[in-house]
Amino acid sequence: MRGYSAFGLLKGGFTGHKSWPRAWRAPEPKSVYDVVIIGGGGHGLATAYYLAKAHGVRRVAVLEKSWIGGGNTGRNTTIVRSNYRLPQMQTFLELSLKLWEGLSQELNYNLMFSQRGALLLGHSDSDMTRLAELGDSLLTNGIDAKLMGREQVARLVPLLDMSPDARFPIHGGLIQPRGGTARHDAVAWGFARAADALGVDVIQNCAVTGIDIQGGKAVGVQTTKGAIGADRIAICVAGDSSTVAAMAGLRLPIESHMLQAFVSEPVKPMIDTVIMSRSIHCYISQSDKGEIVLGGDPDLYPSYSKRGIPMRIEEVAGQAIGLVPALSRLRMLRCWSGVTDMSFDGAPIIGETPVENLYLNGGWCYGGFKATPGSGFVYAHTLATGAPHPANAPFGLERFASGATIDEAASGPLPQSR
Amino acid sequence: MFLIACPHCGPRSQAEFVYERAEEAVAYPDATPEATLTALYSRANPRDFAWELWRHAYGCRGWIRMRRHRTTHEIAEIEALGATL
Repeated sequence: MRGYSAFGLLKGGFTGHKSWPRAWRAPEPKSVYDVVIIGGGGHGLATAYYLAKAHGVRRVAVLEKSWIGGGNTGRNTTIVRSNYRLPQMQTFLELSLKLWEGLSQELNYNLMFSQRGALLLGHSDSDMTRLAELGDSLLTNGIDAKLMGREQVARLVPLLDMSPDARFPIHGGLIQPRGGTARHDAVAWGFARAADALGVDVIQNCAVTGIDIQGGKAVGVQTTKGAIGADRIAICVAGDSSTVAAMAGLRLPIESHMLQAFVSEPVKPMIDTVIMSRSIHCYISQSDKGEIVLGGDPDLYPSYSKRGIPMRIEEVAGQAIGLVPALSRLRMLRCWSGVTDMSFDGAPIIGETPVENLYLNGGWCYGGFKATPGSGFVYAHTLATGAPHPANAPFGLERFASGATIDEAASGPLPQSR
Repeated sequence: MFLIACPHCGPRSQAEFVYERAEEAVAYPDATPEATLTALYSRANPRDFAWELWRHAYGCRGWIRMRRHRTTHEIAEIEALGATL
């Protein structure tokens, strides 16, 4: 692999950037691998990378039905943070955030990871109580959090509507200064390139059509490029987990729902932090290109259509303008939708399945992007050692039967009430 | 969005309706623990048709049972649920 550097970029400038080699190979699948990962999104590619890098498992294939990072990896609002309420989520997401912090250097790929702060807004006294409780819980577990008063929030984000008749009154906020954003495409490409350099076969346009099971053990997969044998098979296809798990006769605690995101035309820098409101469920940030990135509620009914509903566009735009009135003159450039794996407690599922040698990583709801490196790290550990990493031990599929659910929103077993 | 032909009100915008749950998610008081666990935490989650329960929350507030395609959103069958108004 030829390393990327500022000097290399400069040198390339004198030769019209024509000498760069391709970032990863396009291999044909071999007949057998140690580990076959189904799904070439950020999580699958990160899993392959850490399998090769941390565990020395190099006979690994990542099978992607279309192009890598073309699914949910490229459809999220790119926010990275670890400010969750429950200790299991905190431990896992903090592990992930720590990996993010050194990832651009480790992968030799500019992920444009920007720790610009992730600010949760409080709109009432009870919101502030909730944020103070969350902040205490984060600080207790060694995660950064700072409770902010109304004036501090106004100074940090001067464009927020602080007027007496604001649609969403702002009482204060809780910021995670180490939170921020990353360029989502670069995450997939960076992991693919680094994994490829370690010998992993990243195979695109290769859809898995069946999982071969002999005597209760998964032994391989059927694909559009032929049969591939494997010692271990790792499902990593959040959005379509039920479809792939059904190939092995499994039913999951997952429903697939739609989540939309939107970007505006690019403008000069105007918002330099990530603004979030849980009370009205709105996310606002500005990309490095200058686009304002917006997200909101999912569409609240099961669907695989990848088409969002217009009423949600109206709702999110209304919320964003209510918070930052200056956005009202912006034209929206694109809106799109992704299929989210809504699990029944709002937490991911990472671990073994009832079928021997078949593993599952899914159920990410609408919060998988921030977990990309952590997810790959613990999934690789699980696949290489056959036992979960301490950080993903609570996230097993068996927790639903045992009652040890991890219900961040405390909303019970209905995926649309997350 | 799509239209839902409410058995009471006729075709209305989906915005007026609330998805309640998949029909297979209904947990019955006299069911075995295994059946309740399946109802709460196990889904077919197909890409094609599934039976679902909806409510016309911002309309007649009636409950509805429908067989809906989860990729095209086509509604093949729809009927009122419970006592009619």
